[in-house]
This record gives sequence, C-alpha cells and structure tokens, in this order.
Amino acid sequence: MRRLTPRLYNALHSGLWPWLCAACVALSLLMLTALLTLLITRGLGHFWPATLEEVTLVSGDVVIGQPVREAPLPNADSLERLYFTGNRDITGANWRWVAIEDIRHQTVPNDLIRLERSPWGDFLGRLTAVESEGQRLTGQEAWAFVNNTLAKPASQRPAGQLLLTTADGQTLYQSLDSVTHFQTPNAMSWGQKVVTWGQRIWQFLSEGPRAANTGGGVWPAIFGTVLMVILMSVIVTPFGVLAAIYLNEIAHQNRLTHLVRIGVRNLAGVPSIVYGVFGLGVFVYGIGGSIDSWFFSDELPSPTFGTGGLLWASLTLALLTLPVVIVATEEGLARIPDTQREGAVALGATRLETLTRVVLPMATPAILTGMILAVARAAGEVAPLMLVGVAKLAPQMPVDGEFPYLHLERKFMHLGYHLFDTAFHGEDVQAAIPLVFAIALLLVLIVLALNLTAIFLRHYLRRQRGNEC
Amino acid sequence: MLASFSSANAASAPVMRFSAEQCCLSIAQFHLAYAGKAALRDLTLDIPRHRVTAFIGPSGCGKSTLLRAINRLHDLNESVTHSGHIQLEGQDIHDATMNVTELRQRVGMVFQTPNPFPMSIYENVAFGLRLQQRLPKRKRDDIIEWALTSAALWDEVKDRLHRSAWQLSGGQQQRLVIARTLAIQPDVLLLDEPASALDPISTLKIEELIRNLKSQLTLVLVTHNMQQAARVSDYTAFLQHGELVEYGPTDQVFTNPRLQRTENYITGRTT
Repeated sequence: MRRLTPRLYNALHSGLWPWLCAACVALSLLMLTALLTLLITRGLGHFWPATLEEVTLVSGDVVIGQPVREAPLPNADSLERLYFTGNRDITGANWRWVAIEDIRHQTVPNDLIRLERSPWGDFLGRLTAVESEGQRLTGQEAWAFVNNTLAKPASQRPAGQLLLTTADGQTLYQSLDSVTHFQTPNAMSWGQKVVTWGQRIWQFLSEGPRAANTGGGVWPAIFGTVLMVILMSVIVTPFGVLAAIYLNEIAHQNRLTHLVRIGVRNLAGVPSIVYGVFGLGVFVYGIGGSIDSWFFSDELPSPTFGTGGLLWASLTLALLTLPVVIVATEEGLARIPDTQREGAVALGATRLETLTRVVLPMATPAILTGMILAVARAAGEVAPLMLVGVAKLAPQMPVDGEFPYLHLERKFMHLGYHLFDTAFHGEDVQAAIPLVFAIALLLVLIVLALNLTAIFLRHYLRRQRGNEC
Repeated sequence: MLASFSSANAASAPVMRFSAEQCCLSIAQFHLAYAGKAALRDLTLDIPRHRVTAFIGPSGCGKSTLLRAINRLHDLNESVTHSGHIQLEGQDIHDATMNVTELRQRVGMVFQTPNPFPMSIYENVAFGLRLQQRLPKRKRDDIIEWALTSAALWDEVKDRLHRSAWQLSGGQQQRLVIARTLAIQPDVLLLDEPASALDPISTLKIEELIRNLKSQLTLVLVTHNMQQAARVSDYTAFLQHGELVEYGPTDQVFTNPRLQRTENYITGRTT
C-alpha cells in the first residue's frame, strides 16, 4: 500500500479525522432534513387554499386555474406554466399548459370559487345563482345561502343546485349534496386560509378515498396500517421472546445453537417479497384453503380465509419481523449479568421463577427495542402485503359494529400500498403528485408515532426501575 | 470448642473433626471437575455451627468452587461433575430426597459483586419470602424490618423502602443482599468475597455484620484479604490447587501454621 504523503498523514493525525466523522454525521442529517422538508412542504402544501388566477390569452381564451409550476418550452427560450383548472367533466382534463408569451393579462378576482365534488373532482369558476326549494337566489343572497348550507354535512342539506359558470362562459348545474368542500381562496384572509387548511387536512385524514384513490382521504388506509401493525406486534412479540429465551437461557450453547443463531440473523436479510410468496403459498392457500374447506364449505367456491386478508398479512409480517425481535431480545438477555440469575437461584427460586421475576423484567427494555424495530420495518413494508391481503379499495373496514367486530379475513387498505396505487395507477398523474407526498409524510409520521409510543414505554419502565444504564 | 485433631494419615492434610452436635456442614472426600478438569480434590473438612469459617488461598485454588458446591449452584452447569459427600446437618445435599430449592433456602449465598434485583429495596428483601409462601402483609413487613435490621441497613433505608435498590451505594447494596438472604432465615450463610468490591468503611461494616451474625447462623467466608480472615473468622482453611492444605483455629493458622506452604502464603512469600 502506498504511504500517504506526510502532509496528508499529519493533517489526518493532527485533528482532521474528528472533522471527517462529523462531516459524515452532518451529511446524514442534511439528507434527512431534505427528505422531511420535501415531504412536509409538498405534502402539506397541497391542502393550502392556493390563489386562483384568471388568465386571458392572446387567442381570446380565458383560463381559471391554480398555477402549479413552470417549465421551459421545448425549442424556445420562453417558459410555459401549468395550471390546475379542474372541470374535468366539461373540458376532459384537469390541467392546462399555458405559454407565458400567450398571456395577454392575468388577474386575481375575489369571486372565483373552488368546489370539491364527488364525482368529478374539483370545479373552478364562478357562482351565478342558487336554486333551492323553488327559489332562485342571486348575488349576496346566493353567497349567504352557500356559506350556510355547505357548512353542513351533505345529508342535512336541502335539495337544490348551484348554477356555476366556467371560465369560458359555460353554465353548469351542480346539486348541493355532491359538493364536499367549498372555498373562495382569493377572498380569504390569512387566518381563514389557515383554518381551511386545517379543515382540509382533517378531511384528508378522516375520510375515505374518492375517485379511484385520486381524491378524498386516507382514513381506511391509516386504520388498516395501524391495525395490521398492532396485530403483527401481538403475534410476533411472544413468539420472538420465547424463541430468544430458548436460545439464550435453555439451549446448550453448542455448534447447533450457534448455527440456529446465524440462521436467525440471516433471515432478517431475506427480501420481503420472498416472505410474501411464502405467506401466499402457506398461509393463504395452504392454511386458509384448509380452513375454508373445513368450516366455510357452504360458501365455496368464493373463499373466506382462502384469500388474502388481515390475518394472513399480519402473520406474514410477523414472520418477517421475527428475526428482529429474536436478535434484540437475545442481546438483551445476554447483557443481564449471570450474578442476577445466580442471586435469584441462591434464594431458592426455580428456573422459571428466575426467568419471570428477574430476567424478563430486566430484559423488557430490550424486548421493546426489538418491537420498535419490528414495527418500523412492518409499517413500511408493501411488497409482501400485495400478495397476502392488501386491497386497492377495501369495501369494508376490518373493524365494524357487526359480530365478531374484528374481521380478520377481510382485505384491508394500507398506506404504503395506497401510496403506490395513487402514484402509478391513477388516471391523473399530476393530481397524484401532491397526494403521494402527503401520504408519504403520513406514513413517516405513523411509523414515528408508533416508535415514540414504544420508546416512551421503554423509558417509563427504565425509570420505574431506577436503571440508569 | 472441642476440636480433636486426628493425624492418622500424616501425609494428607490434617483433619479437624467436630462432634455431630457442633458440626453444621461436613464435607467428605469431595471431588469436583469442570469438563473433566479437576477443581477440587479429595476435600474433607467439617464446618462448625455458629462460627465463622474462612477459606483462603490463591486465585483458582477452588475456594469459590467449594462454596458454590455447598449451595449446589453447579447444578446450573452441565459440564460439572462431582463425587464424595457434603452433608448439611447430617443430610447429604446431593441425596435424591434433598429438595434443591429447600437446600438453597437453608444455605444462603452472597456474591462478590452486589447483585440486588432491579426492584425496590422492599421487594428485594421480599423476593425470597414471596417464593416460599404467602404471608400476611403485616408479618412480611415485620420480617423485612428484622432482616434489614440484622443486616445493619434498616436505619439507612427505612424512609425509602420503595425506591429502587440500584440507587444504593455498593456497600449498602451488599448489606441489602445479605438482608435479602437473612429474610428467608437460612441455617448457613456463604459469603464469596463479600467485601472485595467495596471501600474500606463499607468493608468494616460488612465485617462487623459477619461477627454479629454468627450468633444466628453458620457463616462460611471466602476471602483474599488475610487481615479480614484474621479479623472475622474463628477457623481458617487454606486451599491450594484444589486441595485442603491446612485447617484449624484462625489464631493457630495465622500465628503458628503447621506447614511451610501455609506460612508462605499468609506472609506473602511465593513458594
């Protein structure tokens, strides 16, 4: 090996190397910050009531839309701007590229409205009148009526319709109960915008998806993700802990246990899709198929448990995260000094009493660490779930008021898969981009929340014991 | 104490015998090996009741091994084999009728490093009691107070019984471990270098405690500290290479050892 030049050698040994280490940490932090900043700005920005512009083109066309971004025109020096125009039912597209050169003038009128509708998504334009219960309201009365009525949920609104005008002067009748959100962003004060922003984020979190996952909320996916992770933890923790106890406390430490240990550690590195295939073959078709033929034969050929579902997904992920729990628990058990075990045994405790009263309480923080790692891995896993039970759109929630309340055989929605589906399977790719960021942010936050819960629990247990290590 | 010396076999270590009513532990022709490697060879000695007996000897001489054998702690390790007899009050501890849990309740053990459990002070002392039988809380509290008082710790911890035991100092922890053992009222207390990890003041407290406890039970002490053995023990056994070299009243072993090997060790000369 060629020796370093004396200058470089001296520089390294005289205090450069701590800086090198610090630079690596700084770079990691920078990348993490960049990731979170991107997710937060793009994801949360989507819900901000954006200013709407009315643009008159050289050709005489009028466009009402929300400017999204600008890009250079091909083969030219000038730019073109992308507008979100909505009105897919009328114009056939939600988006329009406008060359900056073609704009004669642009204004920001206060009377522009934005409606979210189901079906057909957003409408951008103007309110002309309201027809309700035989009355026709215009001007201030119409605005007052709209503000009043649309604040209520759809089921409590009177029958009626809105008369809307698009940018190019077409008239549209929109029934009141099909409107899910109404705003006049240009007329809003900053405070009102913040309130609306919060309301729309809440809608996103608490409602079900609409329009083939390109709109609406993600509540079923949040619920499915959290429920699946909790079920997974309930399954994997006792299994992993008992396995670790066997390996560390009971088995003879010989070549075989060593091999088993290496095997367990390597299992953690198996690609997750492999577990998906295993889950599909063994759990879904094997066990699920047998359960169907024994207990649900009346309903065959339509499968009950013989198809992907919540139980099989949780089991598959439990299998996937089992090595993580075993390794973490084993390390925790190995750290407990033998004097603790001997102390208990010397007082006349049996092996089981030593385990349950001294060893396991001391290993609890390590077990929880294993759970944290398992949850973090499981919540973000998508590939195996696609094989064993996640659905693009689940017709029913896995928990409802119908006996037995928790329906383990049902398909469920998952944020990771929802993200994938929104990004690649929607018709409107442009509309999906901000949603993808919002869902990604949410997924990160859920993993963070689950982890924080476990970390606080671990901290609490440690403090309770006065264990400062 | 009447102790008779039999020098029938002059080549081997002198055997000091105690009469049946004086003898608490009787070890006879005891061999022990780790995975075939002998650690104790043909050990025979009697340990008198309500006295402090010290085992001294260089590192690796087998004194801790012998102590652990009395508590049958070697049961945890499958590679350990043994032969010969250890009798507690006339009953062989390896006998099929001997319940190992009961044995360990009768023979308490205190280790080199304090090992309080990660629980409150109260729960540490209650640990052994809870394993035995359900006691009414009043009675349990009484026993815990008595045990902590016997271990000279009560005054220091009575206001914080429900705080973590790990917050105590090393010396307090060691006395807590002794209290924990006393709570189940053993006949014998084995102490494996109980003060080697402690500061001089804590060491003095432990030694005083050992002297006070001999009115209640039989104590066996392993120590590397000659002065400690001389200060607290009534009888001293010197072990070397897994064999008993010399055993006798502490005064005699320290002032007038019968063998040169013993004298060399005690005075710090290498043989």
